[in-house]
Amino acid sequence: MAILELNDVHTYYGHIHALRGISLRVELGEIVTLIGGNGAGKSTTLNTISGLLRPRQGDIRLYSEDLRLLKPHEVVAKGVVQVPEGRRVFGRLTVTENLEMGAFTRQRGEVAAHMERVYALFPRLKERRRQLAGTLSGGEQQMLAMGRALMAQPKVLLLDEPSMGLAPVLVDSIFDTIRQLHGAGTTILLVEQNARMALQVADRGYVIQTGEVILHDTAANLRENESVQKAYLGVS
Amino acid sequence: MLKTWFRRLSGTDLIMYAIGVTVTIAIIWGSLATLASGKYSLPQWQDLVVFGLAQGSIYALIALGYTLVYGILRMINFAHSEVFMSGPFTAYFVARALDQSGFLERSPVVGMLIVTAASMLTSLVIAILVERVAYRPLRNAPRLVPLITAIGASYALQYVFRGLYGSGVERYPELAIFKGEWFLAGVRVLRTQAVVIVAAIALMAVLYVFVMLSKTGKAMRAVSEDKDAAALMGIDVDRIIATTFAVGGALAGAAGILYVLIFGQVQFYMGFVPGIKAFTAAVLGGIGNVPGAMVGGLFLGVFESVGPSLFLDGLGIPAPYQLKDVIAFAMLVLFLIFRPSGILGERLATKKA
Ligand SMILES: Nc1ncnc2c1ncn2[C@@H]1O[C@H](COP(=O)(O)OP(=O)(O)OP(=O)(O)O)[C@@H](O)[C@H]1O
Ligand SMILES: [Mg+2]
Repeated sequence: MAILELNDVHTYYGHIHALRGISLRVELGEIVTLIGGNGAGKSTTLNTISGLLRPRQGDIRLYSEDLRLLKPHEVVAKGVVQVPEGRRVFGRLTVTENLEMGAFTRQRGEVAAHMERVYALFPRLKERRRQLAGTLSGGEQQMLAMGRALMAQPKVLLLDEPSMGLAPVLVDSIFDTIRQLHGAGTTILLVEQNARMALQVADRGYVIQTGEVILHDTAANLRENESVQKAYLGVS
Repeated sequence: MLKTWFRRLSGTDLIMYAIGVTVTIAIIWGSLATLASGKYSLPQWQDLVVFGLAQGSIYALIALGYTLVYGILRMINFAHSEVFMSGPFTAYFVARALDQSGFLERSPVVGMLIVTAASMLTSLVIAILVERVAYRPLRNAPRLVPLITAIGASYALQYVFRGLYGSGVERYPELAIFKGEWFLAGVRVLRTQAVVIVAAIALMAVLYVFVMLSKTGKAMRAVSEDKDAAALMGIDVDRIIATTFAVGGALAGAAGILYVLIFGQVQFYMGFVPGIKAFTAAVLGGIGNVPGAMVGGLFLGVFESVGPSLFLDGLGIPAPYQLKDVIAFAMLVLFLIFRPSGILGERLATKKA
């Protein structure tokens, strides 16, 4: 049974019809990637799942529970947590305070243990825990953004372009972390422009274009698909 | 370096700088003239400073309400002056009842705490109502819209309270424990002033610790930076915004009782001047900045208390004390022109306003 499932979801920005019937599903323990060019509707899809945007039509279900009418904080409480595009860490809060905000929905007693786990995953953050997040480098901010989301112990982690704007070494290390989380059983919906890397870690993928799913298959098949190679993997 | 600076100066800049320099020279000139004339004695200056500190701590408490709301919604809650008025005006009836029953005479401390609690609670409820009714439905409207609503809410509240309690001036019962004065290191401090200053500082300390260390306070700071990111962390943004209004309201209600300790009376129109002064204080300290509101309030209180005697008198201006408010508002204008980021320099313009 799918843990997260979208069925014919339509989302608008005013009159702009941004999602034109997106359907996808994520199984327990899977990494599913959503690839597509600029403005395809990837972030819109994640924000619709997270409740920042209301779909005008369609179903969003976590197990069989309807998420469609929930507010963003209620979606988090259900266990669907997003790491937004551009990291969006709280620059004037310290690293520790950012992590505490990630654990906002958790009981006070659990926080310390979760934080130790995040620090074990990102030792770099522990060194900088008293620093304001705004003073961190881009790579460190991405680690913080991911660590902050993990504080909520998500059932499904939504990642929006975690490799954006990072140097190649850091991109590798972020993808290593994603593999590590996958190994630990975390279910991930990964949005990427870096389709090459995304299709290497993912189990399955959806290709979206102007708000519609134009293709979905296993990651291995998508890597071999000629049109995917042409459009997203830079193979000519 | 200097050259590029000159080239960047436009005509209006030059006029502005000329005004700034003139005002500064006038202030220094007037102060020197007054001090040279020896017209006021040291104890007189001390009285003015102490009065200014007491007045300023009230401004500071009210200013915190403006600054907290601005920090979180980037809007000026012009109805905050009525949030301030609603507390002590309502608590007046509690005070009168306690006075008539003789309770206030018998246990004045407990009595005043009850009156203060009533005032804080009223202002808190009014602040939440204003947010809920007047601002929340317009959360995503263009910035000018909530500003207009704020002014509307302000008038609406004034006339609601006038309708409820009448337009007369009501005098709070006077209490023996607040009469008299103390001397601190040779400086005379009225008991009321001491109570006002100490209570205000204690409340500000509590607020500061709350904002910096409590889970809700941290969430307030997170929401003020990025509402969507905060919502994605599981923070109920609407609740945090309501809490911010509530905290600002409670502080304004407390400030209302401190105001009564000094001025003794309440009326439906009482919020206007302290409200706009506190707004000035918030701008002086750097709006959105919590310590800034505290510093700005104290600074404005002392400046407008000492200012008339210090530099207006020296400039030969007659009846300088009547120009107190002019000083405060001239300060507001000068700060908006020359240092809109305020004393503590919250980078207002560069922030993603
Ligand atoms: N706030 C908004 N208001 C109006 N239109 C928007 C808004 N945000 C996105 N859009 C439009 O919706 C469409 C989908 O945008 P979306 O941000 O989901 O794309 P994306 O796939 O995440 O792109 P990118 O890879 O550049 O992040 C685009 O055509 C975009 O112009
Ligand atoms: Mg995007």
